[in-house]
Amino acid sequence: MRNYYIFKSGRIKKQDNSIIFEYTEDGVEKKIPIPIVDIDSIYLFGEIDINNKLINFLSQNNIMIHFFNYYGFYTGTFYPKEFLLSGDLLVKQVLHYYSNKKRIELAKEFVLGAIYGAILNLKRYKEKIDNEIDELQNLIKSIEEQHSISMIMGVEGNAKEIYYNAFPKIINQKIEFKKRVKNPPDNMMNALISFTNSLIYSSVLKEIYKTQLNPTIAYLHEPSTRRFSLSLDISEIFKPIFGDRLIFTLLNDGVLKQSHFDKDLNFAYLKEEGRKIAVKAFEDKLNTTFHHKGLGRVVSYRKLIRLELYKLIKHLMNEEKYRSLNFWW
Amino acid sequence: MERKSIFITATQINYFFVCKRKLWLFSHNITMEHNSELVELGSLLHKDSYKKRRKEIEFDGIKIDFFEKNKALIHEVKKSTAIEKSHIWQIKYYLYRLKELGINVEGKIDYPLQKKTESISLSDTDEMVISNIISKLKQILKEPLPPQKIAQKICKKCSYYEFCYA
Repeated sequence: MRNYYIFKSGRIKKQDNSIIFEYTEDGVEKKIPIPIVDIDSIYLFGEIDINNKLINFLSQNNIMIHFFNYYGFYTGTFYPKEFLLSGDLLVKQVLHYYSNKKRIELAKEFVLGAIYGAILNLKRYKEKIDNEIDELQNLIKSIEEQHSISMIMGVEGNAKEIYYNAFPKIINQKIEFKKRVKNPPDNMMNALISFTNSLIYSSVLKEIYKTQLNPTIAYLHEPSTRRFSLSLDISEIFKPIFGDRLIFTLLNDGVLKQSHFDKDLNFAYLKEEGRKIAVKAFEDKLNTTFHHKGLGRVVSYRKLIRLELYKLIKHLMNEEKYRSLNFWW
Repeated sequence: MERKSIFITATQINYFFVCKRKLWLFSHNITMEHNSELVELGSLLHKDSYKKRRKEIEFDGIKIDFFEKNKALIHEVKKSTAIEKSHIWQIKYYLYRLKELGINVEGKIDYPLQKKTESISLSDTDEMVISNIISKLKQILKEPLPPQKIAQKICKKCSYYEFCYA
């Protein structure tokens, strides 16, 4: 099973027990059959026609579709009906949100995980940076003292600021990056961060779907927004390792250059070629395997997301305290 | 936590022998996504074996693979002989439940891959053992926390392995 990323424009439809991607190239109509059992989820970057027959078929097979707009900006996800449900766990997930103490405990872990990842990334470029690592380590110490979600969010904001300040020192290419700006991003770096973040968010969402966790009930982020907030919570942990590390490599190795961004739009958007490069690198990263000491078996980086969710489930069941991922390599 | 369903399923009896933790998690609907090849193989085997004689019986948490009416014999198809004890009690449980309904039959476990079968009947002692198992099982499910990991060799093949040891 794998993710299918469709960049071309055309039409996807159900045919028998498969789906067919139809598109026209140089005036010639082409059809690509994709076996349904091979699809994990579908990412649509092109202008694609779909119908309800296809949606029903994908839903029956528990397959998500992630939509991106013309600029490669994440639009949303078709989330098929739940197939793994546990009433007991849902109640406990809600109770952990409802109790301020319990909620804060989890929110702290997500921020901790994010800072661990940031520190780990900075350590790889020790000679290029100043005292960012020490500053982040001080923030870690201060997390314990925070006693409200907004205060924890504040620590997270400070951590991000320190961390992002180090980016221009790390990157070989001359880039303009002073501040993280979203909706829309305002330069190359912000465009890349937004793009990889959306890939991480959708990957986490897909893993959540394959557990009994409810994606709307979150702890660091407010569940009241339109998004699947739990996916945002968990994404925080994986952004530095899956996203930022990728960005450093792609830019420092010159694989991604200014020419991959849309000049007319202030380099704020990746062009198709650039998106393909980033998506390919992201997939390669997530499919890379390593020996997981705790499990005593070889797992993919993608699997780390699921394992994190399992740890969260055990926490919610009051079985084992959740401790966010702290990389040992 | 009280379970809504009054009926103990054969899977639960099976898990009782394999792993009490798996039993608890499964019964609280913490089930794993079925993507393991072993599960796939099992369901294929189920589909393809003994097609001609197939006559499934399903009632109150019981699903019997097939039933030979003229021989008063029920069959259960299994992939391996590895966890035999749980297989035996699973089919004994079927016999027990059928007996409760006034149906007296014999049982057989088929291992098509090994071309082996095993005959199973229900003794008076077995009946006592089963009613004992049922009450122990209900006790386990009432516990607020799942039982400890068993840390056995079979864990490595279990679909819950990553869940338990993450």
